[in-house]
Amino acid sequence: MAIKVCPAALDPWHELQAYQNSAKDMAGKFGATSIFIGTMRDFNEGDDVKGMTLEHYPGMTEKQLEKIVAEAQQLWPVLDVLVVHRVGNILPNEPIVLVAVWTSHRGDAFDASRYIMEALKSKAPFWKKELLKSQDERWVVKNTDGYKQL
Amino acid sequence: MTMSIKVRYFASLKESVGRSEDDLEFAGLSTVSDVWHCANPKQALPDNVLAAVNMDYVELSHKVNDGDEVAFFPPVTGG
Repeated sequence: MAIKVCPAALDPWHELQAYQNSAKDMAGKFGATSIFIGTMRDFNEGDDVKGMTLEHYPGMTEKQLEKIVAEAQQLWPVLDVLVVHRVGNILPNEPIVLVAVWTSHRGDAFDASRYIMEALKSKAPFWKKELLKSQDERWVVKNTDGYKQL
Repeated sequence: MTMSIKVRYFASLKESVGRSEDDLEFAGLSTVSDVWHCANPKQALPDNVLAAVNMDYVELSHKVNDGDEVAFFPPVTGG
């Protein structure tokens, strides 16, 4: 399991490949990998957004992410987890977050990665401040709902 | 007994209080709520604020101990 807070540009594909190559213990054991990548949009709440600053609480961020991953490991038979989250100044089209979960079977991978991502959104201490095309700055005050009512 | 408490503020709350941290040396601090009122006597605690002690989420009624780090911040918006 690895949790990383990343102050520089994040390449989720490189992170994923490097981590999987280094995780020799799970070679041959996993049948499913669920990957979520969150990327910065150039619009929000009807406005054009040209940049964003992601603030975090160093130490608490890692502690909360470790708790969330441990909860997922209690709920599903997870072989390994990688969580990487950007902080600092971010531009549209740049990745913000990577959550990858390796399991034997697909259902556990989907469910555990969804759980980790939703818990991260509500518990990990990160805050987004947007810079709009109009040059105004504003704090993002709430997340969109991750679960659509079917 | 005098307690030493480090108080930290983040994001929009840091901007509204005008500083990122306080070091309190104060007798009679009991709860997280007391810590806020001691550090910010002229500013009411915002309704939606979240609190943490030593980097774990707590209720505002949580008791504080000497040496604790108490943090206040708005709802989180990462991911």
